[in-house]
Amino acid sequence: MAEYYKLQEEFFVDMQRCIGCKACEAACAECETNGQESMIHVNYVDRSTTIQTTVQVCMHCEDPVCANVCPADAITKDEFGVVHTANTSRCIGCSNCVMACPFGVPKKIEEYDLMMKCNMCYDRTSVGKKPMCATVCPSGALFYGTREEIQAKRPNSTPINTFLFGEETVKTKVNLMMPKGSTELRVL
Amino acid sequence: MLKPVDLKAFLIASTATLLTLLMILIGSRRLQNFDAALIAYLFGTLFAVFGIVYRYTVWIQRPPTRVYFVSSLKTLFSKDGLNFVGYTLKDFLLNIIFQRFIIRRSKYRGLAHLFMAIGCFLAFCITIPLTFGWIHFTLVPDSGMDPAAPKIYTAHFFGFDVMSFPVKSIIGFLTFGALNWCSILVIIGATYFLQRRLKEPGLIATQTFEGDILPLLLLILVSLTGLGLTLDYEFMHGKAYEFMAVTHAFFVIVFLVWMPFGKFFHIIQRPAQIGAHIYKEVGRKQGMQQCKFTHKEYTTKLHVADLKKITKEMGFNLENKDGESILDYSPEGKRDLLAIAHFKARKQSGDFFG
Repeated sequence: MAEYYKLQEEFFVDMQRCIGCKACEAACAECETNGQESMIHVNYVDRSTTIQTTVQVCMHCEDPVCANVCPADAITKDEFGVVHTANTSRCIGCSNCVMACPFGVPKKIEEYDLMMKCNMCYDRTSVGKKPMCATVCPSGALFYGTREEIQAKRPNSTPINTFLFGEETVKTKVNLMMPKGSTELRVL
Repeated sequence: MLKPVDLKAFLIASTATLLTLLMILIGSRRLQNFDAALIAYLFGTLFAVFGIVYRYTVWIQRPPTRVYFVSSLKTLFSKDGLNFVGYTLKDFLLNIIFQRFIIRRSKYRGLAHLFMAIGCFLAFCITIPLTFGWIHFTLVPDSGMDPAAPKIYTAHFFGFDVMSFPVKSIIGFLTFGALNWCSILVIIGATYFLQRRLKEPGLIATQTFEGDILPLLLLILVSLTGLGLTLDYEFMHGKAYEFMAVTHAFFVIVFLVWMPFGKFFHIIQRPAQIGAHIYKEVGRKQGMQQCKFTHKEYTTKLHVADLKKITKEMGFNLENKDGESILDYSPEGKRDLLAIAHFKARKQSGDFFG
């Protein structure tokens, strides 16, 4: 099933490059594992003062808060570090993961009483393809490839995967492109 | 790696198993009505009782699960509890009995799951009391003596006569054929899910054999071999009865023994959904939490307060030195905070795009 997973390829996000076109949203809904629901988030940051938009995929944390707070053991991380969407037979729709995720990623689909989230297009990445969103992003806010490729594209940036939320340090599988030399990003 | 035994869970599970044994002794009138042919099923069921109670006890002790479990019980047994009885019953009917939340995901899936659930539930209701010797049938002697007379059976429950009916009657047909109807329902439902799992790319990518395919195969095998028993004595003069009985027993016992570990445990976990709904209702009455960034309501104050405790118990400290927590922000607010922090870092570097 996952024998073609390319561990040398990684996800690199640069939300500063997001232009809010929502092409990724449309592409995400094409992912076979989501059942036509779009899992990526694109939103205006503070529409009254700025046109800034942001894009958010699941960061696939090393120690996922969502899985830890799940009362139904519905969220699991696999051997490739992908944190999977809720197991449909277990999820009880409590929204613990939705409210506890420090990146604001999981979505509660009220109608289905089910949490759903990005699983990095597992149907694609597990057979060596790139996630849907990264293949359509026109501005380079979402990139999936090797470190060498991103280094060549963004020589003045450094990918980081360490985020500080209060006293907590969260490490992720997905990288964020930061100014050259950065090692972490404090969010709160 | 083996986990250490949870002593509390072990004691509770042992007590539950002993109580089941005691009920078997009482219900079968000191094994007088116990059918020795079902002994293997009995051991399988007792193992399942122990395993299910053990896992359930371990499960509800986890901090996030405990919150819902304790809150639901507190609510239902509080002064306000009566107000929630109607809500709970309605929720149970809609979501556990009729499984509305699955039907909303897809009508076919909902219906197929309903067939499986009804089939399994009825089969449990029939086979467990039979295995425990709580239900048994006897032939009314007079009707058995005369070959020309219609055979009358009496059903007994806990040793008490419940009713008598002719074997060749609608009641007899429905009673003795009940497990066949269950099998047909389960086969229809499980086959629908199996073909989905063999066809849909999204499922193929994420499923595992032991987690998703095996449970369906097992349900189908239990049902098919069960139907085989009827087929054998109705149409084959019982020629293959021993083979059918042994294969059926084998699959049923694998099902029972595996129940506490595999996918079937969701049958036991599912009512927690009602607990989560009650918790939401209780929280709503206490007030909603407003996001510090978007200023929109996003969940209940109770939920945020409990999540702060749960995350700490699970080893996460999401608060800064000023006591401000990331949990005070809605999902959208959190995404905005990250974007703002990223923008700030880029701005400070003197270049918005690297």
